[in-house]
Amino acid sequence: MDNPKETSGFVFSKESLKKKFRLSEFLSEKIITGVAFLSIAIIVLIFFFVFRESLPIFSQQKAVVKVEHAEKQEQYGVAADSTQTNSSGQEQYGVTSNDTMMIEDQAREVDTVVHGSDRATAKSLLGKQWLPVSDNPRYGLIPLFVGTLKITLIAILFAAPIAILAALFSAAFAPYWLREIIKPAIELLAGFPSVVIGFFALMVMASFFQNLFGYDGRLNAFVGGVAMALAAIPIIFTITEDALTAVPKTYTEASLALGATRWQTALFVTLPAATPGIFAAILLGIGRIFGETMIALMATGNAAMIGINPFESVRTLAATIGAEMAEVVFGDTHYNVLFLIGALLFVFTFSLNAVAEFYVKGKLVKRFQGKQS
Amino acid sequence: MKEIKIRTHNLTLFYGAKMALNSISMDIPEKEVTAFIGPSGCGKSTFLRTLNRMNDLIPSVRITGEVLVDGLNIYDKQIDSVNLRKKVGMVFQKSNPFSKSIFENVAYGPRINGLNNKAKLAEIVETSLKKAFIWEEVKDRLHDSAMGLSGGQQQRMCIARTLAVEPEIILMDEPASALDPISTAKIEELIFELKKNYTIVIVTHNMQQAARVSDLTAFFYLGELIEFGKTRKIFTTPDKKHTEEYITGRFG
Amino acid sequence: MSKRKSITGGLFIGATAFSAFLIIAIIILLLVVIIIGGKGTFSWEFLTAFPEDGMMKGGIFPAIYGTVLLVLIMSIAAVPFGTITALYLAEYAHEKSILAQTIRFAVRTLATVPSIIFGLFGLGFFIKFVGSGMDDVFLGGQLKWGQPNILWASLTMALLTLPVVIVSVEEAIRTVPREMREASLALGATKWETIKRIVIPGSRSGIMTGTILAVSRGAGEVAPILFTGAAYYLATLPTSVSDQFMNLGYHIYIMATQSANVDQTLPIQFATTMVLLLLTFTLNLAAVIIRAQLRRKAK
Repeated sequence: MDNPKETSGFVFSKESLKKKFRLSEFLSEKIITGVAFLSIAIIVLIFFFVFRESLPIFSQQKAVVKVEHAEKQEQYGVAADSTQTNSSGQEQYGVTSNDTMMIEDQAREVDTVVHGSDRATAKSLLGKQWLPVSDNPRYGLIPLFVGTLKITLIAILFAAPIAILAALFSAAFAPYWLREIIKPAIELLAGFPSVVIGFFALMVMASFFQNLFGYDGRLNAFVGGVAMALAAIPIIFTITEDALTAVPKTYTEASLALGATRWQTALFVTLPAATPGIFAAILLGIGRIFGETMIALMATGNAAMIGINPFESVRTLAATIGAEMAEVVFGDTHYNVLFLIGALLFVFTFSLNAVAEFYVKGKLVKRFQGKQS
Repeated sequence: MKEIKIRTHNLTLFYGAKMALNSISMDIPEKEVTAFIGPSGCGKSTFLRTLNRMNDLIPSVRITGEVLVDGLNIYDKQIDSVNLRKKVGMVFQKSNPFSKSIFENVAYGPRINGLNNKAKLAEIVETSLKKAFIWEEVKDRLHDSAMGLSGGQQQRMCIARTLAVEPEIILMDEPASALDPISTAKIEELIFELKKNYTIVIVTHNMQQAARVSDLTAFFYLGELIEFGKTRKIFTTPDKKHTEEYITGRFG
Repeated sequence: MSKRKSITGGLFIGATAFSAFLIIAIIILLLVVIIIGGKGTFSWEFLTAFPEDGMMKGGIFPAIYGTVLLVLIMSIAAVPFGTITALYLAEYAHEKSILAQTIRFAVRTLATVPSIIFGLFGLGFFIKFVGSGMDDVFLGGQLKWGQPNILWASLTMALLTLPVVIVSVEEAIRTVPREMREASLALGATKWETIKRIVIPGSRSGIMTGTILAVSRGAGEVAPILFTGAAYYLATLPTSVSDQFMNLGYHIYIMATQSANVDQTLPIQFATTMVLLLLTFTLNLAAVIIRAQLRRKAK
C-alpha cells in the first residue's frame, strides 16, 4: 500500500499517476458480477433438474424399472419411510418390496425388467383418472388440471375484485393516514405463512361455510379457493396500488379540471390508465394460486375428481406433488410424473411472469409516454 | 505570472448526443484562485468535474481534447483516475459528510491510503481541521457524528477532509451556495488562506464572491468559454459584451 | 350533477372502502381466532417441552429448535448472496445492459416460482445430484448426504428467500446518497473501497430488513421442506446438518391433517399455529417499521 509519507510530498509524475492494477478491485468486481449470475443460474438449474427428473417418462429405452411385486405396491409409501430410501447415485433404481432394495446391476435391469403396462405415456397422462398408487396405476393429469383451474377460478373471483377495489380505495380515496395503515396491514397479510391460512381454512372457514351452505364435504374447492384468495389478495393489491399511484398526476388533474368528481376520475381515468398494471397484478395472483401447495393440501379435500360443482373436493397439481412426493419411490414412474407436474407448474408460472413483465411493461411505457397504446 | 498548473486543450464533452462543453482551452495557474462563473447550465460545473475525472462515473459522457495537470494528460489511458483524485481534491455544493464521526470523516482519506497508525491519524485530523478553521469548534466532540454539525461547519469539515488527503489542487463546486452569510464569509476567508499552498478552482453563482476571492475569472455561457482573465479586468472592463451583460445582471 | 350520479359515486366509493376494510377485518379475525384458540395451551412449558404420547401431548420445542436452525443456516446462505447480487444491481450493472435486465428478470421470476417447485429442485438437485454425488465421491456410495436433511432443506429455503433479500437490500443501497459516493471517490477511494466503507454500512438497515423478511418467510414456508428434510417426529434434536429436523409449519400441517386424533390435539395445533403466526407477524411488523423509517429518511 502507499506509504503515507510518500503521499504527502510528491508532485504529479508519470510514476505516481500510472495506472495501477488493484487486485481487490478486480476480484471484488468479478466476484460480485459472478454471484449476481447466480439468480440466472438458479432459474436455469431449476428448469434443468425438475425436467431431468421427469424425463424418463418420455424415453422408451430408459424406462423406469418396474416394481416386481405389484401386490405390495399399495404399501410402498411405508416402504419409503421405513427403509431409508437408498441412493447409489444413480438416477433410477428399483425397490422390490417393503424392506429389500435392489441395488444390483441397475443398468441391466433397466433394459430387461420393464413393465410396459405401468409406464406413463403421453396418452395415459391425458387420462381422466389419477390413481398412482394402485395395482394398475393410472397417471391421468386431467382431474388435477381441472381441480387446479377450478380452485384458481374461485380464488381469483374473490381476490381480484376485493383487492382491486381496496387498492383503488387506498390510492384514490383514503386519506393519507388511513392509507399508511391499510398498506402495511395488507403487507402483513402477505407475510402470513400459507400453512397458517390453510389451518385457518381447515379449522374455521370449512365449518363456517358448511353451516352456511349446508353441503356435505367439509373440504372442497370453494373453501380452498376462498382461502387461496387470502394468499393472492396482498399480491394483487400491492401491484394494483403501485400501478394506480403511477398514473401521472396530469391525467387526474385534467379530469378534475374538466369538472369530473373524484370517483368519476378514479373510475374512468385512473383505473383505465392502470389496466396493464392491474392485468399484471391478476396474472401474478393467478400464478400464486396456481402454485400454492399448503392451502390446497389442507383445505380442498384432495380427491381427484372432475366436475364443475364448486362444493366438490378437488386435488390440485401442486398439492399432488406435496402429498405424494414424500411417499414415492425415488425414480419410479410415479416419481417422474410428479416431477413432470412440477415442470409444468414451473413453465406455467414462468410464462405468466414473463407475460406480466414484458407485455405489460411495454404497454405501460408506451401509454405514459404518449405513444399509441 | 505563476506556473501553469492545469491546462485544457480543446476540451469537448458530450452527454449522449448533447454537447455540453465546446472546445474549452484555458490555463489555470498554480496557487491562485480561479473562479468559474456563468448562468445555470452553462457547463461550469461540468467543466470543473472533468478536471478530476468525476464525470467518468456517468456512463453516457464522452470527452475529447486534453486536460494537462502538471503537463500530464489526465485522460491518457495510462493515468490512474483514483490516484489522480488524491491529487485533485473536490468540495461539493451540498456538504456531504459521511454518517460517521467527525474524526472518521477526516481520517477517511488517509485510511484509504493505508494509514492505520492512531497517533499519526490523530495528527493529520488535527492539522487538517486546523487548516480548515474548524478545529476550535469541534475539538471536544471529534467522535460525535458529523451529521450533528451545522451546514457551515459540515462544509468546512468537508474541506478539512479533502485537505487530509494532501491534494495539490482543490476543486470547489459552489461550496457556499447553501450557506448563510456568516458561514459563507468563513469559507471565503478559508479559501484566501488555502491559496497560499493550493491551487483552487471554484465554481460560483455569486459574482460578488467571485470578485472577492478569485484572482482569475472565467465566464462560461452555453458550454463555451466566453472570456477568461484577471478577475479585476473581467469585472471592470470585460472584452465581450456577453460577459458585461452577465456581470451587470442583465441576464442569468 | 344529477342525484343518481352522486348515489352511484357514493356506492362506488363505499364498495372500495368496504373491500379495504374487509381485508383488514379478515386479518384481524384470523389473528384473533388463532390467538383465542391457542392461548389456553400456550405456556413456557409448551415452548420448551418435547412432544409426548405420540404427539398427543407435550410441547413443541423440537419444532421451534428445527425452525430456528433452518432459518439460521438459510440466512447464512441467502443474506450474503442476496446482498452481493443487490450490490451488483445497484452499483455495477448498467441499468440498460442485457445482463442486468436478465438478472432482474431472473430475480423476479425466482420470487414467483411456486414454493413446491423449490422443494422439487431441492430433491432433484441438492439431494439426488449434489448429495448422492458427495456420497459416491467421499463415502464410496454409503448413504449419508443423498437423503433429506436440514442442510438441504435450508439451502432450498435460501433459494426461495434470495429475492426477498435482494429486493430489500437493493432498495436500501439506493437510499445511500450519491453525494456520499462522490465524496468518497473524490478523496481517492476506489469503487470497491467506497462500497465497503460507505455503501454497505449505509445499507445496514436494509440488509437487516431483508434478513428479517427472509427469516420470516423461511420460518413459515412448508412446501419446500416437505421432502427435503422435515420430519414428522424426532425423539432427539438434530445434532448435525445431515440430520432431519422438525419444523413449526410442518408440525401444524401434519397435526392438522394426519394426526391420529385431530380433535384431541386441536389445542396443540392452535397453539402451534399461534406461535408460528406471532413469530412471522412480529418479524414482518419489525421489517415494516424499519422500512418505513428508511423510506422517511430517504425523502
